[in-house]
Amino acid sequence: MVLKSEPMLISMGPHHPSTHGVFRMRLVLDGEVIVDVEPMVGYLHRGIEKLAETRTYTQVIPLTDRLDYLGSMTNNWAYVIAVEKLASIKVPERAEYLRVIIGELMRISSHLMATGFLGNELGCTFTPLLYMFREREKIMDFFEMVCGQRLTYNYMRIGGMSQDIPEEFLPAVKKFVAEMPHYIDEYEQLLSENEILLARTKGVGILPRNLAISSSVTGPVLRASGVQWDLRKSDPYSIYDRFEFDIPTGTVSDVYDRYLVRIQEMRQSIRILEQAIKQLPAGEARSKVPLLLRPPVGEAYAHIESPKGELGFYLVSDGSIAPYRCRIRAPSFTNITALKDMLVGWKIADAVVIFGSIDIVLGEVDR
Amino acid sequence: MTVALSGKDLATRIGKAIPQMVISIADNSITVKSQGLFQVAKFLKETPGLEFDMLVNISGVDYLDYFEVVYHLVSLKHNHSIVLKTICLDRDNPVVPSVVSLWRGADFLEREEYDLMGIRFEGHPNLRRIYLWDGFKGHPLRRDYL
Repeated sequence: MVLKSEPMLISMGPHHPSTHGVFRMRLVLDGEVIVDVEPMVGYLHRGIEKLAETRTYTQVIPLTDRLDYLGSMTNNWAYVIAVEKLASIKVPERAEYLRVIIGELMRISSHLMATGFLGNELGCTFTPLLYMFREREKIMDFFEMVCGQRLTYNYMRIGGMSQDIPEEFLPAVKKFVAEMPHYIDEYEQLLSENEILLARTKGVGILPRNLAISSSVTGPVLRASGVQWDLRKSDPYSIYDRFEFDIPTGTVSDVYDRYLVRIQEMRQSIRILEQAIKQLPAGEARSKVPLLLRPPVGEAYAHIESPKGELGFYLVSDGSIAPYRCRIRAPSFTNITALKDMLVGWKIADAVVIFGSIDIVLGEVDR
Repeated sequence: MTVALSGKDLATRIGKAIPQMVISIADNSITVKSQGLFQVAKFLKETPGLEFDMLVNISGVDYLDYFEVVYHLVSLKHNHSIVLKTICLDRDNPVVPSVVSLWRGADFLEREEYDLMGIRFEGHPNLRRIYLWDGFKGHPLRRDYL
């Protein structure tokens, strides 16, 4: 007798704890094995690109906070670079250094969340995550010092920062930078050789190099696939050409490599922070820019290496006080193009792990 | 540093391979006719020395008289970039050939532009709305929507 089996359809999400937001996957299963997947997005679509068209250039900055809400500072940064490029505005040295310091702290914070939640996805709920929250909390405190906010900072301005850092900021960051390598060792002790983590992540969810490139995948996922591509090195924006750091890459392109790349990137961010704090010059933190900015007619595309990948802003100006078009190239959105390639052939229990390893934030996917 | 290729040089090279497709040239961008977009994109991706292997972004811009679709391309191998643009004049039914068969990353990007800007990408394997629901009327990112 031949057993007849039918594919089963499972709708995972939008309210599923592993999706870190409102993401829905339509999974087609053969027994336990995934045969097809369709990502469904849009549950958090707020029309930020449309909203930006009705606001002045400065008023768009708080909107960018709401894209990748685990990396608000880098969102601010990408946007202000685009406007500065559009209107040819020079940024003071000190502001550039402050941006690097803040941006690298943000990267550490975002990677802490990504690696911590990986533990949650594996079922070792909250122990690794709370270790990482301990350090993330300190970074949140730094950001609270500089701008009074803990999630949506709205700290950067066109031509600099909204205000200079308070005097207690630098000593606190120095202490953090000195301690952080020890904490990263601690995470690695807890996770890197952990038998459960190895069994669940090694060789799982492989994304080959060519597929990653043609699917426009960027950020740690691309680097874990063995491509040495980091905009801080390949197209240095701001002052990244002044710092020494390495680009960690993976070899197997699996979930474990993505985890390792993020851990190593945190170590590199510490290196950049050390250099930036040492070189930080005195001076103004903001150049004089008219409040109602009217950039000349034209267009500009600026991109930065946000914690999730290439975050770009394509701005078109018609000479008025509001952007004519503000197109946001969100790394999380393009990274899920490759989700299907990573998932098909794996068991449904791995779906959560593989999906989590891409590290998407729905605020950025849906905009 | 990513080198932004000169639009002029590239236009000459394209002109030799695919004549009469380039409409206008700017410093680092070229605008081509929409019917020739796929051929030009294929040329940019496959010609040795150019090899634009990654499609970074697709943006649609509504200029009311016409739509402009902007492709940001980068070559990871040679670390250079170019902005490829195309124009569609038909406001009621703007059509642009899809580049999904060249860069799979275009899949979601084209669906997004279709959803919010109403530009149809001919040859896309699954051209449906991505953010808004299927019964939604209109395309909100068009300038005359509100």
